[in-house]
Amino acid sequence: MTKHINEPARPVQEIQTGERESRAWAAWLIIVLGLGLLVLAMAFSITKGAAEIPLKTVWDALFHFNPEDTHHLIIMDLRLPRVVASALVGAAFAVAGAVMQGVTRNPMADSGLMGLNAGAGFVLSICFAFFPGLSYIQLILFSFLGSAMGAGLTYGIASLRRGGATPMRLVLAGAAVGALLAALSQGIALYFDVAQSIMFWTAGGVAASSWAQLRIMAPWIAAALLGAVVLSRSVSVMSLGDDVAKGLGLNTMLVKALCAAVVLMLAGASVAVVGAVGFVGLIVPHLARFLVGVDYRWIIPSSAVLGSLLVVLADLGARTLNPPFETPLGAVIALVGVPFFLYLARRERRVL
Amino acid sequence: MNVPRIKNEEYKRKTVVRNTGVLLAFSVLLILSFVVSMNTGYSKLSPMDTLRTLFGGGTVKEELILFGFRLPRIVISMLIGAGLALSGCIIQGVTRNPLADPGLLGINAGAGLIVILFVLFFGAQSFLSVFTLPFLALLGAGAAALAIYALAYKRQSGIAPLRLILTGVAVQAGVSALTTVLVVKLDEMQFDFVASWQAGSIWGSNWRFVLALLPWLLVLVPYVLTKARALDVLSLGDDIACGLGASVERERRRLLIAAVALAASCVAVSGSISFVGLIAPHLARRLVGPRHRVLLPACALAGAVLVSVSDTVARVIIQPSELPTGIMVAIIGAPYFLYLLIKSRQ
Repeated sequence: MTKHINEPARPVQEIQTGERESRAWAAWLIIVLGLGLLVLAMAFSITKGAAEIPLKTVWDALFHFNPEDTHHLIIMDLRLPRVVASALVGAAFAVAGAVMQGVTRNPMADSGLMGLNAGAGFVLSICFAFFPGLSYIQLILFSFLGSAMGAGLTYGIASLRRGGATPMRLVLAGAAVGALLAALSQGIALYFDVAQSIMFWTAGGVAASSWAQLRIMAPWIAAALLGAVVLSRSVSVMSLGDDVAKGLGLNTMLVKALCAAVVLMLAGASVAVVGAVGFVGLIVPHLARFLVGVDYRWIIPSSAVLGSLLVVLADLGARTLNPPFETPLGAVIALVGVPFFLYLARRERRVL
Repeated sequence: MNVPRIKNEEYKRKTVVRNTGVLLAFSVLLILSFVVSMNTGYSKLSPMDTLRTLFGGGTVKEELILFGFRLPRIVISMLIGAGLALSGCIIQGVTRNPLADPGLLGINAGAGLIVILFVLFFGAQSFLSVFTLPFLALLGAGAAALAIYALAYKRQSGIAPLRLILTGVAVQAGVSALTTVLVVKLDEMQFDFVASWQAGSIWGSNWRFVLALLPWLLVLVPYVLTKARALDVLSLGDDIACGLGASVERERRRLLIAAVALAASCVAVSGSISFVGLIAPHLARRLVGPRHRVLLPACALAGAVLVSVSDTVARVIIQPSELPTGIMVAIIGAPYFLYLLIKSRQ
């Protein structure tokens, strides 16, 4: 596998066609090992925080819950929802990113490219400017509506032309809609002087996760993750290009519309709850592709596991790096992810 | 891409006519926006007053408004628009990625980080800021670009476009993460300053900045225009470019350095206006096609028109306050671009 990568003086090719085979064993290894690690990381993450709680108490809290015990209450009301939210959000962003990269065939694509983050930001800035009294759950709902609006605009404009939403059109429409909505929300934020509160919301964090939020968000994310796994075969075909996919008999219009819906459900629900920690969606698919090859049937589940792991660990870092303050989650993810991503970029493998 | 179905000769003639038309139209628009912009602003000057002042017959106050405030700002906004648009066009051509913009080379992120550090240590109202800040922003942009280049460079293969993109994205994300960590520490006044810098308020509007910016553009713009052929060849892909006898790595390095210098010098005085660099090349490409000999000038003109019109609107739309120009650029540019996207065939 690694043999011909380090050959000297070999001209760089963007697409190394020799790398077509996938590594199913690697994928299984990642999924099984990753899930094991994920459980460990979540358990460890629950024990850490302002009050150190031994692992045994965590076990007791989960299986012999005692409402009189403060530690049990901390675990059930604060820490457990927080780790569960991190894991869900990580999986959601990573899978959304993988689907976007596969369908648009652009290594720079992530869920932000569907206008999701910008749409959520736009609606949030309107909420903060004109309806300052909204409750947390209402803000989440509005934010999701904003994401849906952003995605709808992007997809609608991209497919207005006969011939439908070609990847190129989708990418360009996404960039333009995203910029437009972001500019509008910046304008509103500066004019009504709410920029800082929006910044705190969008910097990203799972700090305030509650069961109430999870109850809203989890079914969507779970359904969409399943949907992504079902679609993964078609995404693999799409990643060969529109023409090839059509030639192979794929209904590309339908697949693209379904993929857009999956991405919206995954990333829209996540952005609404934790803000834009979009970098997960960009790096994790590249990481998964590096490990398991180019088949999205393996990339998508691996991305889900790796994304969960990354966000759970990053959230642990966010809480413990600089106590009692929290470092913004997005920043921790970038600090961990960037060096690694740079390493990936220097290895020459097929990247889409 | 599309093989024209019309006869070659006729097709050529039609293209020339259309391209000349587009360039002329942009030039006229540019002049129009210059004239309109001169007459708009918070202080009312009638067109006659403006004209009189322009030829030396105005009062001291009128002269101050026109020559001290408006003209330098108009000139700066046009220069910035042209510079950023050209830079974006080069980067899109070299990386062959439609999402690439000057920000991909770390320019906005690097300059932004330096600005935040500066504000954090010296405060937003510091006496130093007006003249030191552009210089520091330039350094930050240059450092980020250099870091990206160094990280993406490999001895045997030089700068492969894909590696450049991935490295650029990563460095951009890393620097923005640092920025986020720092932004949380700012007080309200500092935050407002940084927020409006990041939204791209052209704050360096003063003849000194025009003089500082002009030499860069006077050298770089003609240089880039002579490189149109190289860009055409590079945008066909490394293998074809190599086969056509281009010295791919050298051309690419020169073009990238030019793009960085253009964008960094502009961002230093304008704040973070990245959208022009993304959108102007696409606008121009949809109007005049992919050949850089026409595309580059069209792109520069489109950028200049876009920024100067946006700046004029940004100054008057919420008087007496004003909106950062970068925001207005996106609000005006994006819908027009989306319209073109829907309308055009390719």
